[in-house]
Amino acid sequence: MSKMPRILVVDDEEAMRESLNDWLKEDGYEVGLAAGGQEAIDMVRDEPWEIILLDLKMPGMNGLETLKHLKEVRPDAEILMMTAYATVDTAVQAMKEGAFDYLVKPFDPDEVEILIKKIVKHKELILENILLRKKLEEREQFDEIIGKSDAMQQIFELIKRVAPTDSTVLITGESGTGKELIAQAIHGNSDRCYMPLIAVSCGALPESLLESELFGYERGAFTGAEHTKRGRFEMAHGGTLFLDEIGDISLKTQVDLLRVLQQKEFSRLGSEESIEVDVRILAATNRDLEKAIIENRFRKDLFYRLNVISIHVPPLRERKEDISLLAKASVRKCCLELNKDEVNIAPSAMKLLVDYDWPGNVRELENVIERALVIGGGKEIAAADLPFTGRASMREQFPKSLKSMEKIHIKRVIEEAGWNISRAARELDIDRQTLYNKIEKYEIKRG
Amino acid sequence: MKSKGGSSTLSKSITICSLGPLDRMIIEHVAGAISNRCGLRYKISSRMDSLKYAFDEKRGQYNSKLILKRLTELPLNSLKFLAITEVDLFVPILKYVFGLAQVGGQCAIISTYRLRPQFYDHEPNQDLLMDRIGKTALHELGHSLGLTHCRDRHCVMHSSTSIGDTDFKRSDFCPTCFELFRWQLENCGIRIKPRMPQS
Repeated sequence: MSKMPRILVVDDEEAMRESLNDWLKEDGYEVGLAAGGQEAIDMVRDEPWEIILLDLKMPGMNGLETLKHLKEVRPDAEILMMTAYATVDTAVQAMKEGAFDYLVKPFDPDEVEILIKKIVKHKELILENILLRKKLEEREQFDEIIGKSDAMQQIFELIKRVAPTDSTVLITGESGTGKELIAQAIHGNSDRCYMPLIAVSCGALPESLLESELFGYERGAFTGAEHTKRGRFEMAHGGTLFLDEIGDISLKTQVDLLRVLQQKEFSRLGSEESIEVDVRILAATNRDLEKAIIENRFRKDLFYRLNVISIHVPPLRERKEDISLLAKASVRKCCLELNKDEVNIAPSAMKLLVDYDWPGNVRELENVIERALVIGGGKEIAAADLPFTGRASMREQFPKSLKSMEKIHIKRVIEEAGWNISRAARELDIDRQTLYNKIEKYEIKRG
Repeated sequence: MKSKGGSSTLSKSITICSLGPLDRMIIEHVAGAISNRCGLRYKISSRMDSLKYAFDEKRGQYNSKLILKRLTELPLNSLKFLAITEVDLFVPILKYVFGLAQVGGQCAIISTYRLRPQFYDHEPNQDLLMDRIGKTALHELGHSLGLTHCRDRHCVMHSSTSIGDTDFKRSDFCPTCFELFRWQLENCGIRIKPRMPQS
């Protein structure tokens, strides 16, 4: 604690209050005095008293009652009960109610000093803990992106370095890995953060619509163009344009885009007039653009224009150490949205989450958590609340090779038929001889 | 009244007074500490006898708060008033005190009762007793000049909640406390030499 804590003395006896006041002031503490419970509660409500020395036996509101109120008003204040010999039992009760400790009056000077120092140390540790946790969280989180894996730490570093520049960034990664969050973080940490971040999902729009979305159009440019419309490039002027699913745009739009990137100007559809824009481009794709170049589906020159700086977000299965962090963050976020108290994830459920391959990446994880919270409804997310419980266990239980699968399946059917070969053959829809051959081939034995 | 310095300097000196019977050597020792360690002038006031008003029959001790209150009510023509007594002192909330002063207050009191080695069943030791008395006097004087407890365990302003603390610390202020002490005195119009060397 950098400054001396403030101590409030609550005692109905003036002599006690005054002598404690003098004694604590010698130690440099700022001391407040209250003659009763209600006065103490009012003082604590108005000002942040960190340590409270509270007498147990007071007329009106007694110490125990006062303690409860004080803890409600200021749960982080540490309360030391003061008592005479006769009320030690009650002092112990007070500790059960949340008091830090108790002192028997009159105090041994050594004892009270040690106790107060202990509280100060205790509060310092709590503060240190909070600061460390905050530091750790800062390290595990960059804006909305969460991850403690080396890969994510490198991405955080890269974002910090590229954000203040105007360089074009190509973000690659599977669907659901959080590419848009990376674009948001780059924009949010750039000088353009007070200007708009305009996102266009290129893959979601047909070619003609994408063109008009990007560049805008003049009234009458095509049938149905009743008003002049500004395109996303214009809207993003001064800010950032995020072109998501860039790998899905047509070759014609690629040419138009390349022109804007080279000349920093464009024309609305149906207009000859050039419009200059100051826009930073961020692009993202889940496709392998280098492969698309070989297959002539993507222009090499556009690729090089976009790929000035590249950030690859690895899939979740390649950074399993991030899963528990992401799962907990999803729980927090969903509970807030669903207006529920925060719940824990049972260790068995967490194991399933970590073991699962997450083809849909972070997006799938968030959906699974939301579903578990809605369907489960318990105080914690249990393994049974997870939709892929069966799938996950089947994956663990069954090998990938067809032969091994066949052996396991035949053995199970035979066992279910109680080793009645005719019945098992009927179930398997093969003749008895074939089944015998399989039993011999796979060395299936009665267990 | 014995005084070191002329009458014009009386208000810039420390008055030392015994409350009840007290070995003359103790007064002389405290006077020496004030003069040598702090560079302050002192005067020795005549003894004040009855402390009956402060006696607590239940505790068999003397309430130092009441004594301090009474002393504060007396007319004072010196910078601070330091009282020394042989009786056992307490404040209502604590079992005992070695001494008492209000931070920035006018008066301070110290007791030799728990400073005597015999109190801890040890052999009488005059040097040790005088050492403890000197430290306690400077400590309370420091409080009366606005100093609070020091974190340096060797500094005379470090808190003494047991006799072990008193024996552990040195008989002098740490450099920081001394500078604070000097600064407080300057605020009272008293200049003392920068750093008193440790003897």
